[in-house]
Amino acid sequence: MAPAAETMLDRSRRRRRFWGRTLRSAVPYGLILPIVVVIGVILGYPLYWLVKLSTERYGLFELIRHAGVSVGLANYRSVLHDQVFWHTLLRTVVFTTANVTLTMVIGMLLALLLARVGTVVRILLSSGLVLVWSMPVVVAVQIWYWMTNYENGVVNYILTKLGIGNFFEHDWYATTFSQLSLVTLLIVWGALPFVVITLYAGLAQVPHDLIEAAEVDGARSWRVFRDITLPILRPILLILTSLSIIWDFGVFTQPYLLIGQSKISTGNYLMSIYLFEEGYFKSDYGRGAAISLLMLLMVAVLSVVYVRKMVRIGEAQ
Amino acid sequence: MNARRRGRRARQAGWNVLGLAIFVVMVFPVFWMISTAFKSNEQIVSLNPTWFPLHPTIQHFRDAIHRPYFWVDVKNSLIIVSVTVAISIVLAFLAAVALARYRFGGRKLFIVLVIGIQMLPQAGLIIPLYVVLARYHETNALSGVVITYMTFVLPFSVWTLRGFLIGIPKELEEAAMVDGSTRLGVFMKILLPLMGPGLVATSVFAFITTWNEYIFARILLNDQSKQTVTVWLSYFVGSSRHTDWGALMAASSLTAIPVVIFFLLVQRRIAFGLTAGAVRG
Repeated sequence: MAPAAETMLDRSRRRRRFWGRTLRSAVPYGLILPIVVVIGVILGYPLYWLVKLSTERYGLFELIRHAGVSVGLANYRSVLHDQVFWHTLLRTVVFTTANVTLTMVIGMLLALLLARVGTVVRILLSSGLVLVWSMPVVVAVQIWYWMTNYENGVVNYILTKLGIGNFFEHDWYATTFSQLSLVTLLIVWGALPFVVITLYAGLAQVPHDLIEAAEVDGARSWRVFRDITLPILRPILLILTSLSIIWDFGVFTQPYLLIGQSKISTGNYLMSIYLFEEGYFKSDYGRGAAISLLMLLMVAVLSVVYVRKMVRIGEAQ
Repeated sequence: MNARRRGRRARQAGWNVLGLAIFVVMVFPVFWMISTAFKSNEQIVSLNPTWFPLHPTIQHFRDAIHRPYFWVDVKNSLIIVSVTVAISIVLAFLAAVALARYRFGGRKLFIVLVIGIQMLPQAGLIIPLYVVLARYHETNALSGVVITYMTFVLPFSVWTLRGFLIGIPKELEEAAMVDGSTRLGVFMKILLPLMGPGLVATSVFAFITTWNEYIFARILLNDQSKQTVTVWLSYFVGSSRHTDWGALMAASSLTAIPVVIFFLLVQRRIAFGLTAGAVRG
């Protein structure tokens, strides 16, 4: 009698424990379920559509009719046979390389400078950087547009006064090179604060005594930088560089607004503007989808380093 | 010894001067915006620029806010931003708790998702988002914009909140559990209050990124009465042959002010979200 009752009690307890454990292990899934569903709807579904669109003829007519016409890989063929696509890709790669190199090199130099200046200057300079950092991109574009205006832009005035040349009524928007250089300056200016402040925080990790010991041993500052500072900053530099590459490759607002829609042409396209003009502006959504997919694939390749690094950090904690 | 010290002092002064010069160059555009916004029109178009407006005028600010659709578009921006942030923070917080407090199958996949999505270039998403939203008649509607904004606010918020949660020792919650609190009780009485600053900082940063967003709003909203403030500002130039520079700079200042204030408040807390873990400080 007694043993039987005990097993029954045991069994119900075990059952309760089983359900309790199952319930508890379901908690994290319950927590991520809402966001997974939402992301699935607002991003997963459009991405499915992206793939579908890229194999269809889909213009304004199809948009209203709510149905595309399947054309197989015609959109991809059209894009890959488009001279403009390849020129745009090349231009974007050169543009990205220039932006990232300038951002990282100047950023590193400014971080080192920030570590050397006195306290007052340091506070001043870092507050200035934070101020620049906080500028909305669209606002920054308007300011640069005003400063580089050919009639009464202050940049022309300053350059002339400094004796760099005669920039009276110099039109910065006359050539593609000049236009994109301005965009580069704007982007580098906007990106520097983030890079400098992050690198400066990284410099705090470099052990002081190590540098002092090296200096006592007669190491020059370049060698100290190369053999001590750089290796310690390597992971941060890697992350900042990959982020800059990804951002600059896909940049849209700065070139689109600074160059101005009336001056945008096939001769100064960057990848995202090419996509915007060919896909959205011309209402050729099918072809636009093919360009988007190609672009997303390129960015995915560029992001591998960053994503892997961050996932490793995320998994560890 | 003395000579060396003098040399060091001279070099220090050199670095300081260089630092000041770079400060001037970096801050100049922002200064120029504010300075222009307060100048008279004669000073603005003059070929000899006035550096400091000694007799500031607020006429340009009056002109800017009285331009058509300014207040409507500010209201649109505020609606879009607050709805996006409110929904995103709730959803993201739940997911962040899961990431920071539990180990579960599929966790790595979820992390890859959260980080990977943040790397998607916005331009690459405009076509499918536009077409899908058009199918459901969500173009030219604020709700459609909220949906697109959540695509980047959600993953960002999950990651940032996760960082804040990791900073709260697990032991606090475990101790409360031992004392007989329920899981919900622990959540309400311990986790939520401690997460206050983190939630505020993340919300503010989400506010800033959505307030500043341009491209999605540009493609989705056609009516001038439906646009956001950034799109309104971007149409300022080119609406007439002669740009009203003073009003443009006043409008730019007005657009930037809320962002600058909020940014200064949270910058320290949040600046390292994107590089979290790489900078050990």
